[in-house]
Amino acid sequence: MTEASLTGANASTEVPLKRRLRRAERTRQVKALALVLPLLVFLLFTFAGPIAGMLWRAVDDREVRQVLPQTVAALASWDGKDLPDEETFAALASDILAARTSGTIAIAAKRLNYALNGFRTILTSTARNLKAAPERGTAKETLGKINPAWRERATWTTIRDASGPVTGFYLLAALDLVRNVDGAIVAAPPDQAIYRSLFTRTFIISLSVTALCLILGFPVAYLLATLPPGRSNLLMIFVLLPFWTSLLVRTCAWIVLLQSKGVVNDSLHWLGIIDEPLRLIYNRFGVCVAMTHVLLPFMILPLYSSMKAISPAYMRAAASLGAPPVTAFLRIYLPQTLPGIGAGSLLVFILALGYYITPALVGGAADQMISYFIALYTTETANWGLASALGAVLLLATLLLALVYGKLVQGQQVTGGMKN
Amino acid sequence: MEAGMVTPAPALVRFSGIQKTYDGEHLVVKNLDLDIRKGEFITLLGPSGSGKTTTLMMLAGFEVPTHGEIYLAGRPIKNMPPHKRDIGMVFQNYALFPHLTIAENIAFPLSVRKTNKADVQERVGSALRMIKMENLAHRRPGQLSGGQQQRVALARALVFNPQLVLMDEPLGALDKRLREQMQLEIKQLHETMGITVVYVTHDQSEALTMSDRIAVFNDGIVQQIDKPDALYEHPVNSFVAHFIGENNVLAGTVETVDKDYCRVALAGGGTVTARAVNVSGAGASTSLSVRPERIAIVPEGTSSDGPNRLPAKVQNTIYLGDHALAVLDVSGNAEFMVKLQPGAHDSLTHGANVSVTFRPEDCLALDPV
Repeated sequence: MTEASLTGANASTEVPLKRRLRRAERTRQVKALALVLPLLVFLLFTFAGPIAGMLWRAVDDREVRQVLPQTVAALASWDGKDLPDEETFAALASDILAARTSGTIAIAAKRLNYALNGFRTILTSTARNLKAAPERGTAKETLGKINPAWRERATWTTIRDASGPVTGFYLLAALDLVRNVDGAIVAAPPDQAIYRSLFTRTFIISLSVTALCLILGFPVAYLLATLPPGRSNLLMIFVLLPFWTSLLVRTCAWIVLLQSKGVVNDSLHWLGIIDEPLRLIYNRFGVCVAMTHVLLPFMILPLYSSMKAISPAYMRAAASLGAPPVTAFLRIYLPQTLPGIGAGSLLVFILALGYYITPALVGGAADQMISYFIALYTTETANWGLASALGAVLLLATLLLALVYGKLVQGQQVTGGMKN
Repeated sequence: MEAGMVTPAPALVRFSGIQKTYDGEHLVVKNLDLDIRKGEFITLLGPSGSGKTTTLMMLAGFEVPTHGEIYLAGRPIKNMPPHKRDIGMVFQNYALFPHLTIAENIAFPLSVRKTNKADVQERVGSALRMIKMENLAHRRPGQLSGGQQQRVALARALVFNPQLVLMDEPLGALDKRLREQMQLEIKQLHETMGITVVYVTHDQSEALTMSDRIAVFNDGIVQQIDKPDALYEHPVNSFVAHFIGENNVLAGTVETVDKDYCRVALAGGGTVTARAVNVSGAGASTSLSVRPERIAIVPEGTSSDGPNRLPAKVQNTIYLGDHALAVLDVSGNAEFMVKLQPGAHDSLTHGANVSVTFRPEDCLALDPV
C-alpha cells in the first residue's frame, strides 16, 4: 500500500516539479541576463550595429537610382542586346535636366565612374550641353551628338548594373572581378586587379608575424611557466610592458631605432660590421619587426597559460620511461601546448590582419595591408562601398579561420580532457 | 639487525655516503648508506620532510646528490641522466600523459626504445591483460577512475622490464578500501614478476603490508632498516617504536643495568624492569615503550606474576569492532592505551582504579623522547 501511494505521489508531482524547476531556473536566467545586459547593449550599438552597417554598405547601391529614377525604370525592360529605345534616351535626358537643377548629378557621376572610367565626363558634359529637353523622338540623336558614348552599349549596361537597390559590384571588385557587357563575371583588367594580391600580401605579412611571435614567444612562455614565482613575475612585467605603452610611441621608437641614421645602423657601423647603412625600415623587415614586437604578448600569454597547466611530473615520467629530453619534449610537452599555440596564433594572426598604423608608419608602399586601403577609401576617396566590401571580405576570411580553429579545439577537448 | 637474511643477494643499488642539501645550509639527507638487494621490496618510510622522497628522486635521477655516490648494478650513476637509468617509476599523481590513450601510454617506454611494432603490440596487450583493462585500451586517462589510472601507471612502469621500479606514494590519492586492494595487487605483481621495488610512503601500515624490508627515515637519517616484524618487535629507538604501530611511552630514569635488562624508576612513581635497548647506563633518563596489546589489566587487589605492575585509573573505553581500547592514566601518562578483546571493556567503569601488568621483555627502555 505504501509502495503504491509512493509511486502515485511521484507520478502526480512529476509535472509540477519540472515546472517548478523551470521557474527557478528562469529567475536565475533573468538575473544572469540582467548582469550582461549593459555590455550587450553597449556592444549592440558600438559593435554589431556598425558591422551590420558596414556589411550593408558593401551591397547598398541607391545613388544612381535616386538621381536617374526614370532612366532606371526604363532600363528595367531593356534586353541589353542592342542600344535602348528612344524612350529610355528621353528618360535619361529628363533625369539629367532634373538632376542638374537639384545639383545631384555628381553623386551619380561618381558612382558610375567607379564602374566605367570616364563616365563622370560623359555625364557632366551631357548635363552641361543639354540645353533643354529634346524634341519628342530626337532624344537618341541629341544625346549621341553631345557625347558619342551614348551610342555605345557599355555605357548603358553600366547604368543598368548600377541601378540597385543592391549590387555585387563592390564585393566583386574587392575580389578583382567585374561584370562584362554581357553581365558575365570575369577577371578585372590587370591594371585594376590589385586586391587579390593585396589580400595575399596581408595574409603573408600576418603569417610571418605569427610565425615570428611563435618562435620568439615559445621559449619565453616556457621560461615563465617554469621559473620560480618571484622571477617569473618579474619576467611577466617585461612581457606585459608593451601593453602599457601607446602603440604609436612603440612604432615611432622603432623608426628611431631602425632608420638609416638610427641606433642600430650607427652601432653596426661603429662596430665595423657594415659600411653602408642597412635598409631596416620602410620595407617588409621593418613592418615584421614592429608588428611582432607589438603582438608578442598576445602569443606569450595563451602559451603561458597552457604551459602552466602542464605538470612537471609529465616530463619526469617521460624521462623515467626512457625518453631523452628532446623526445620527451616533442612527444609529451609540445602536444600538450597545442591548444595554447592554436589560441595564440589565431589571436596574433587575426590582430595582424587588421593592422593599419604600424605598416603605414614603418612600411614602404609595397608593405601596406588591406586596412590601409580601407582607410584610404573611407577617408580620402569616400568610396564607402569598396571600403565596406574589402572589410566584409576580410571579416569573412577571419570568421572562417576562427571557425576552423574552433572545430579543431573542440575536437581536441572531446578526446583530450585531463584530470591530474 | 638483519639476522633473518640467510644468503644476502648482491646489492642492486648502493647508496654510499649520500648527502643532499637544497639551500646549502640544511642537509635533507645526512650521510645515507643503504643497500637494496635484487628482487626485494624495500620501503622508505618516514614523516614528510624526512628525506625519503629526496632519496628516491636521487635514485631516479631527478635530483643530484650533493656528496656521495649511488651505484646501480655496480655502476656509478650520479651523473647519469634519468632516461638512461632503466628505472621504472610510478608517481604520486600517476602522471599519465593526458593526450595519449591508455594503450599509447603503456606503449610509450617501448616506442622510445624503438621496439618493433609487433613486439610493442604484444607487450602492451599482455600488460593490459595483467591489469585487466583490455577493454579500456583506447580511453584517455581523464576518463578513468583513480584506481584504474594507478593500474595503468603501474603497467607503464613495468612494461619495459626495468631493473628497478620506484614508487612514490602511489596510493596516496586513493580511498582506504581501494588502497588496501591495490597494496595486495602490487605485492602480488612483485612476487610473480620478481622485480625490485623501492616504495616510498608515510603510511606505516602500507609499509608493513607490502615490504620485505623497511627503512625508517627521520631528519635525513635512516633510523633503522629491517624486516617489518623486526621493526615492530625490536625498534632501536623511540622514534621507530613510536612511528611503527601503537605505542605507550613512560618517562623514567635508569637505576641499574643488568646485562640485557634494567630497572627504571618512572617519573610518575613506581619502578619497572625493562629490556635495555638504547640506554647509556645507570642514571640516564629513558623512555619506556610498551605496545598496547602486550598489557594486561588486572583488578585491584588481585595478585599477578612478574615484576612490572603499575596502578592505573580508567579514563575511557573505546569500542572498535574487532577489538576495544581502554584509555588509562598510568604513572602520569593520561593516554596509556591497552588493547582488549571486544566485550572486555564492559567490565571497566570510568574512574575505576585497576592495575596494569606487562612482561619485562615487552617493555623497551629506549632513548628519551
